[in-house]
Amino acid sequence: MTHAIEAEGLVKRFGKTTALAGVDLSARAGTVFGLLGPNGAGKTTAVRILTTLLPPDGGRARVAGYDVVRDAHQVRQLIGLTGQYASVDEGLTGLNNLIMIGRLLGLSRRDARARALHLLDRFELSDAAGRPAKTYSGGMRRRLDLAASLVGRPQVLFLDEPTTGLDPSARTSTWSMIRGLVADGVTVLLTTQYLEEADLLAHDIAVIDHGKVIATGTPDELKAHTGGQVLEVSPEDKAQLGEVAGVLMSLTGQAADTDLSAGRVTVPVTGAAALPEIVRRLDAAGVQLAEFALRKPSLDEVFLALTGHLAERQPGSATAHRPAAAPEELSREPEGSRR
Amino acid sequence: MTALAAPARHLSPLAGVRHTMTLTWRSLLKIRTNMEDLVGLSLQPIMFLVLFTYVFGGAISGNTHDYLQYALPGLLVQSVLFATLGTGLMLNSDITGGVFDRFRSLPIARWAPLAGAILGDVVRYMVSVAVMLGFGMLLGFRITTSALAAAAGCLLVLGFALAMCWISALIGLLARTAQGVQLFGFTAMFPLVFASNLLVPTDTMPGWLQAFVRVNPMSDLATATRGLMTGGPVAEAALKSVLWAVGIVVVFAPIAVRVYRRKT
Repeated sequence: MTHAIEAEGLVKRFGKTTALAGVDLSARAGTVFGLLGPNGAGKTTAVRILTTLLPPDGGRARVAGYDVVRDAHQVRQLIGLTGQYASVDEGLTGLNNLIMIGRLLGLSRRDARARALHLLDRFELSDAAGRPAKTYSGGMRRRLDLAASLVGRPQVLFLDEPTTGLDPSARTSTWSMIRGLVADGVTVLLTTQYLEEADLLAHDIAVIDHGKVIATGTPDELKAHTGGQVLEVSPEDKAQLGEVAGVLMSLTGQAADTDLSAGRVTVPVTGAAALPEIVRRLDAAGVQLAEFALRKPSLDEVFLALTGHLAERQPGSATAHRPAAAPEELSREPEGSRR
Repeated sequence: MTALAAPARHLSPLAGVRHTMTLTWRSLLKIRTNMEDLVGLSLQPIMFLVLFTYVFGGAISGNTHDYLQYALPGLLVQSVLFATLGTGLMLNSDITGGVFDRFRSLPIARWAPLAGAILGDVVRYMVSVAVMLGFGMLLGFRITTSALAAAAGCLLVLGFALAMCWISALIGLLARTAQGVQLFGFTAMFPLVFASNLLVPTDTMPGWLQAFVRVNPMSDLATATRGLMTGGPVAEAALKSVLWAVGIVVVFAPIAVRVYRRKT
């Protein structure tokens, strides 16, 4: 089997809302597949269908070679699920949570205990093994969640926002854990709101918005897809940011993004051809340059270009700007600090 | 382990029983770790027993001993009935907390989590009955029939609770929050418990209320239990209680299972 996850035309409606409007996904076995999208894009619905928790209204999906509807029982034997919804039992100790799952999966009392102790050790929870899960910190709970999804040694692991709310060091250790699993041959489907996380971990990415896949590819392909490169321009005088943005937009025909606190305007460009003209026009406008750099776009910018809005941020604190917008509105600053 | 072997196509019914036992074990473990549970199951029955016996006893029956003899079977019914609310609460917190989704992503029998929750609760009811009966005896309650008859009385109460917990399960499945379960549950239970002969003889009540008390299944259950423990007519009330219990299961179990399946 070359694809651990294959979905074709998944449709799901909740009343009048269409959560998924024909989603195709495919994840190669033994890789990390990143599912990105803003809140309400349909990521969670897709994961719920793929993990047999929700039947699709249309389309079909196979996980580890089994149909998620017809062969749900087989699928469940091969997957692990950790996420916002599949959770541990707060009233049980960490140890008993894992023993319970081992027992449910058919392990003997002794094996279930051994497996539980092993996983607790691996996730550095041994000291808290005898405490009820409700006394755990956020990071500990997440680790216990992850451990619980690994009791059955799944072939395909679904991680729904596994590092949301974790501190940086806990996040880093989760990442290395995921890499370790993939090295062992596990396929991981990861949804995340941290584009950096997808960039670091995912071999392939699908960007989903309004229930549809709007882009797929490797992180590099996606970055190349949005016009290839990003031009960053910082004037010496921050007061000239508006003029810089105006020049960049008129010459590239692209949306420019102004970061007031960094004193920088960024714009996607397709090549270096326009750069001399940009420099001339900025010079003619009397702009002294502090920085003028061409670089690959971040996934954040890819996301902005694809969906017209930044990932998972509140409307109002971040907005995408089209060339038609008035220059005064060209800021990417939090509400209070706008000009 | 299962990584390379082909996954099983079907689940054997025996495996379902095994899953249920594991989930019952889980439900029982929570009694130990959950303070509210311990208090609810032991302290609350004792509190009711002491309060009712010594606050109302003299006024209702002339002396506390006679009242204890009258009220203990009724309090038994009451405490077990309140305990059935736990089924709904636990199901509700399992669903809202995401524990059920984890169960559902596991290759286990669909009905095992529900069955495990209910079986675990039967054990809770037994604890509650034992505490109440034991403490009642310390206060002076005496079984005047036989140990066998008293045991039959306990069984009757437990059986009825088993039926009632399907209603509670349904409430737990439908309510959006645990507070909703509490509110809805208590609103339904208070009239059942107090507009009955559980704690007071009915002859002082106005006629319209007596009419309700007579059709209230709790009255039959209390009468039968009372008869089995301290003597008096049993047959008719016991039969009615059993019929009520069966009726409740026949109506509510399929609805609860249906909602459960749709929900999960």
